[in-house]
Amino acid sequence: MAKKKKVNLTIDGTKLTVPEGTTVMDAAEKLGIHIPRLCYHPDLSLAGSCRVCIVDVKGMGYYMASCSVNVWEGMEVQTNSPEIRQARRDIVELLVDNHPMDCQTCERDGNCELQNLAYSLGVRERLWEGRRKRFAIEDSSHSVVRNAEKCILCGRCVRVCAEIQGVYNLSQHGRGFNTVVAPAHLAAMDDSVCIQCGQCINVCPTAAFLEKSSTEDVWKALADPNKHVVVQTAPSIRAAIGEGFGLAPGTPMTGKMIAALRVLGFDAVFDTDFGADLTIVEEAHEFLSRLQGHEPLPMITSCSPGWINFLEKFYPELIPHASTCKSPMSMLSVLAKTYYAQKKGIDPSRIYMVAVMPCVAKKYESRRPDHFMKEPDGVPYTDAVLTTRELIWMIKCYGITIATLPDGQFDDPLGTASGAGDIFGTTGGVMEATLRAASELVTGKPADRLDFTEVRAVEGLRETYVAIGDQNIHVGVANGLQNAKVLLDKVVAGQEKFHVIEVMACPGGCIGGGGQPYPPEGLKVLDPGLLRKRAAALYAIDSGKTLRKSYENPAIDEVYDTFLNGPGSDLAHQLLHTHYHAKLPRGIR
Amino acid sequence: MSTTTDNWTEVEATAKQVLGEKVVAFIDQCRAGQGTRAECESQLIAVLHEVQAEFGYLAEAHLDAVAQLLRVPAAKVAGVASFYHYFRLTPPGKFVINVCLGTACYVKGADRVAQKLMDDLGIAFGETSTDGIFTLEAARCLGTCGLAPVLMVGDDVHPQVTPDQVPLILEKYLSKVRQEGAGQASGG
Repeated sequence: MAKKKKVNLTIDGTKLTVPEGTTVMDAAEKLGIHIPRLCYHPDLSLAGSCRVCIVDVKGMGYYMASCSVNVWEGMEVQTNSPEIRQARRDIVELLVDNHPMDCQTCERDGNCELQNLAYSLGVRERLWEGRRKRFAIEDSSHSVVRNAEKCILCGRCVRVCAEIQGVYNLSQHGRGFNTVVAPAHLAAMDDSVCIQCGQCINVCPTAAFLEKSSTEDVWKALADPNKHVVVQTAPSIRAAIGEGFGLAPGTPMTGKMIAALRVLGFDAVFDTDFGADLTIVEEAHEFLSRLQGHEPLPMITSCSPGWINFLEKFYPELIPHASTCKSPMSMLSVLAKTYYAQKKGIDPSRIYMVAVMPCVAKKYESRRPDHFMKEPDGVPYTDAVLTTRELIWMIKCYGITIATLPDGQFDDPLGTASGAGDIFGTTGGVMEATLRAASELVTGKPADRLDFTEVRAVEGLRETYVAIGDQNIHVGVANGLQNAKVLLDKVVAGQEKFHVIEVMACPGGCIGGGGQPYPPEGLKVLDPGLLRKRAAALYAIDSGKTLRKSYENPAIDEVYDTFLNGPGSDLAHQLLHTHYHAKLPRGIR
Repeated sequence: MSTTTDNWTEVEATAKQVLGEKVVAFIDQCRAGQGTRAECESQLIAVLHEVQAEFGYLAEAHLDAVAQLLRVPAAKVAGVASFYHYFRLTPPGKFVINVCLGTACYVKGADRVAQKLMDDLGIAFGETSTDGIFTLEAARCLGTCGLAPVLMVGDDVHPQVTPDQVPLILEKYLSKVRQEGAGQASGG
């Protein structure tokens, strides 16, 4: 690659040299000047629409948006002056004047980019109280709530939905003052091609997109003496929850998280990793059956409900390829209301199952018809799904000082899990766990290795071959659905014969899920560095365990021996497997 | 085996039925040789013009069908359709009234004519009267400044209009509708 030309310029009187193609915003960063910004996101395309990042460039006669102007030789940039600061303040004042003044009662209070910007730019009064846009809250979806009154039209949600997820459910509709971000025809989210991944919530600078809260339901259940309230936590919660309490990203929090859940009053604390181990055993059997030609290859993993929604709306012809295994969450919930209830002699209708997930689409998954009990009729196996953010809030609301709690332990019989379950929370984890299991199942011998680093698709997309016995298994791993499309299109075209494909809807896998904490100051959602730190926590937990293979989990053996009649049994099929259907509206891929 | 879960055949058939042969042929022609999303998107406005010429407006079903057949996301299609003033998202009335608000007409009192129309019809620009007879639109210079202030009803040009002429002009078209209605009733 040709070496990039260097460009000399001056920013605020300081000379510097940067590579050609650097934006003024990035060049200023090198001098320690963080130009205020709003619509800009480093991992999305440039919009240049908010104009907050304006700077004065000598000779131009108008302020330029520093995010979208590249440096040139001899450029003289002024990032600050009374006039520039005034202009930026005016811009933000105008945004604030068309925004509800309800910070104290807003979900994003203390965590809002508009609020932070208004403060740091010195907006201290409302100068122009003109007409304000009015829209009703759209909360038809189980997962995502859209509040257009809080939208400042930065377009980040539109870009993440189109560019990272390849869904393109959102667009700006109308024009001028009446512009609104919504699905086509301003449809309810549930009537749109929304896959409920929640990435719009993550990138939104305000509260224009939020998860549908379940905290009230959970408080109510916890206060009900007749309910036996149990909770399970997904692998990626322990890797991210610390961020909500000011701890460094990647701080493993398993023990303290369990302790906090006990203080909140949960009667039992289970590990979704147990469900992951069970999923792996079932999925490995399904894979073997597919290898023998009973069902089509490749098998595509099905743990990620955002991906399943995408499959049903965008790639329905690939439905026969999706593993019929329920997700770890749903498997654990089923066992809590059957196996656990039986073992403990508790009436299943008294059990209230809460799942803490990094994901908003899990809220939707829990309400799919296949995930309701036959008896008592109309009761979902998972009663409530909380996001990581909601749990953080509940812990704060209760007043728990999580960092000082002694480490707790998960409860039996659904709390013992292998390291293979832990890594489900990151991209490539399901694949790695599957390979650990499948290699033994195929060869009949213990796996010669446990780490399959070649399937960790930190860059979003990976294709490789893994030798299992005398078979060369062609695997594909993708996170972020725009990446997944690359693999799915190859399957549709039949041009490459994959054996297994892991798809996670969210960038980085569950660690980057739509329900994860808003990143701490200085970090951005989608930031690969942040995702790597969360992933590293999970890999550390995995490698620190002696139990690292789903097959060797004694708690799994016990379930199969005493309740399910072995892997792949009729009962296992009835309780642990599910089906998918093409859905409308059909998405354009 | 895998075709049984696919719904593309039905989705495509519905879209074709909604748009009709002529528009579908136009889209096919636009798509000929087009591969990428961006290439299809570049044809979007031309296709929307074609749909509006055919149906008089762009219904949600039309936009969804365009999305499927042109392979452009529905959110994009609807966003474009709702952005441009030219595209109509509701059915037009039987008669479209275009009031010229160009400079010459304006200084000659077109604003007062427009206000009278809005008052008498009870609608704003871009809207259609509840009886579905009139749609009111603002035009930017009809190129007949000598006739200012001018308005058009359908293809009829009404020159040098004053506010007090507005009820007479409207009555002319309402009586047409009444006559047609009577003709239909007696003919039926």
